[in-house]
Amino acid sequence: MADIALQHVTKRYPDGFEAVKDMDLDIRDGEFMILVGPSGCGKSTALRMIAGLEDISEGELVIGGDVVNDKAPKDRDIAMVFQNYALYPHMTVRENMGFALKLAKVDKGEIDRKVQEASKILDLDQHLDRKPANLSGGQRQRVAMGRAIVRDPSVFLMDEPLSNLDAKLRVQMRTEVSRIQERLGTTMVYVTHDQTEAMTLGDRVAVMRGGVLQQVDTPKELYENPQNLFVAGFIGSPAMNFMPARLEGHVVKLPFGDAELPEEIRRRLEGSGGGNGGGRGARDVIAGVRPEHFEAANVAGPDHGGIRFRTKIDVLESMGSEFYAYFTVEGQTSSDQLAELAEDAGMADLPGAEDASQVVARLSPEADARQGAEVDLVLDTTRLLLFDPTDGRNLTAR
Amino acid sequence: MSHAGRERAVWTIGLFFVLAFALIPVLWLLSLSLKQTPDLTDTKFLPTGGITFDNYSQIFSGDIPFPKYLVNSIGIALIATLISITLGAMCAYALARLDFPGKRIILAVALAIAMFPPISVVGPLFDMWRNIGLFDTWQGLVIPYMTFTLPLAIYTLAAFFREIPWELEQAAQIDGATPFQAFRQVIVPLAAPGTFTAAILVFIFAWNDFIFAITLTSTDKARTVPAGLSFFSGGSQFETPVGAIAAASVVVTIPIIIMVLIFQRRIVAGLTSGAVKG
Repeated sequence: MADIALQHVTKRYPDGFEAVKDMDLDIRDGEFMILVGPSGCGKSTALRMIAGLEDISEGELVIGGDVVNDKAPKDRDIAMVFQNYALYPHMTVRENMGFALKLAKVDKGEIDRKVQEASKILDLDQHLDRKPANLSGGQRQRVAMGRAIVRDPSVFLMDEPLSNLDAKLRVQMRTEVSRIQERLGTTMVYVTHDQTEAMTLGDRVAVMRGGVLQQVDTPKELYENPQNLFVAGFIGSPAMNFMPARLEGHVVKLPFGDAELPEEIRRRLEGSGGGNGGGRGARDVIAGVRPEHFEAANVAGPDHGGIRFRTKIDVLESMGSEFYAYFTVEGQTSSDQLAELAEDAGMADLPGAEDASQVVARLSPEADARQGAEVDLVLDTTRLLLFDPTDGRNLTAR
Repeated sequence: MSHAGRERAVWTIGLFFVLAFALIPVLWLLSLSLKQTPDLTDTKFLPTGGITFDNYSQIFSGDIPFPKYLVNSIGIALIATLISITLGAMCAYALARLDFPGKRIILAVALAIAMFPPISVVGPLFDMWRNIGLFDTWQGLVIPYMTFTLPLAIYTLAAFFREIPWELEQAAQIDGATPFQAFRQVIVPLAAPGTFTAAILVFIFAWNDFIFAITLTSTDKARTVPAGLSFFSGGSQFETPVGAIAAASVVVTIPIIIMVLIFQRRIVAGLTSGAVKG
């Protein structure tokens, strides 16, 4: 049991590149903390600094009240699960799991008992005498976790442990990880680039970008109240829609039409200094709309507030329980944060229409939408988010 | 005949020729060693005049101290191999894993030593060894063998070490191993195929060497088999010891064959499969 504190931690490589910049993060005892971000954002480096596999260039790392900057990994009372499992191929599952205890000179009976116990939790008891080469991907993954569990460490570190599994198994192992953490109650730091894993597993999620911590919050807060464009665009699937908008007094002009800003949003705009001086003057903003904030007019009913508009559906994907409707609106947003997200998703050089943005709406299966046909949609403006186009700050943050 | 069948036939014939080409001298030697003395010059390939083991009993019981040569050969080759592999493994590990100034230079120097023709150093060595008392001793041969095989061992082992994923060592570190424990218990067992490959190459070099052995020894004390063979003499002034030399040659080949057969099973790649997802 231990809490972890990163205090102004920086990782600078000899060539001057800073992988992690001035990171401050408090991880509470027993907490399940997720580090998430696109590849190259420094999340793995941060984890490896906690593990002691990378030196800390600046700042302090405190585990359980002790500064451990200069302690070797073995003296930090941590266990780590690697992305590619890193099982010892010349040892059986039993030896793999007991290796750490053997090094610690624990007596044989005790090792056997602990390995037995962990293998029961992970459903590996039948495979104890096999070598890693003869195990399936999921089994290897479980052995890697077992190797960490038998140690009974005060901190678990996991570096994208599920990324090598296929989709179905990944979902299954995700619940498994959740169950194990619940059962052991050990502090866990978990690195992933998959926002779904981050949202479903974490007590709190730390979003990183370019070595800088963007926001640390519960998954719900991250989703509803992102601090900037990057977090808003990274969290959520399908991703949030962004479009250019103009703030004129209490009215926001969106590509779909104009809407009076609800009182709540106006108040928050004033609070963040993003307002426009009591209704006079105008400014450009980027509007963020979650796909589920759209609904088909025939489902929403005539009394539903918000903007009503008519648009042509380019593509309609049916998921059974819901529709994803894709349509285009005029105007494009430009922001380095959004560009980075697009690049991470491999969408940077997809051909797109000039001066138009694609929007995705999540509609209920009762919506009378058809591909290629026009449909009436309603946008719920009470949950609209507005961002500063220059620095990406959320102007409507609570 | 199908296309695949024809291709197979061509390969089989080709293989047969290569095999015959490589094996005929060896078989000839074997045949010579089994011939009776009068038949040695009968120009026949097979010992048709009757098989005898006289040549073998002669080298083991005659006035030539062949068993002593064998002991020297085995002892010197094994010691040279052991030292060369131990040092080579440590050096290769450092070269494969650490980033330090002068790494390229070390590799280049090692390669240069391997390229050095032994004949050019053997003269100076002869003088030096006589001055410092290493002449005609086991150490006197172990040292040059080690020097000339180290680069080979380093290169082979470094290639194998590089194949082993970094994460395995990091996992060992996290599991509480010291760097040496990680090296001993995780890296070395995984590099075993490489270690055996290197060991065999080193052993064969030491076993086969003639030039150092003949120059740096003067008595039976440290003379190895290849050098000793050149001192074989016939039963009389007019007799060439062809049969005895052939028998001795067959005998010295046997340890090498045994070595390779034993370690062949271990020189299979793929021992690292299953370590990481791949």
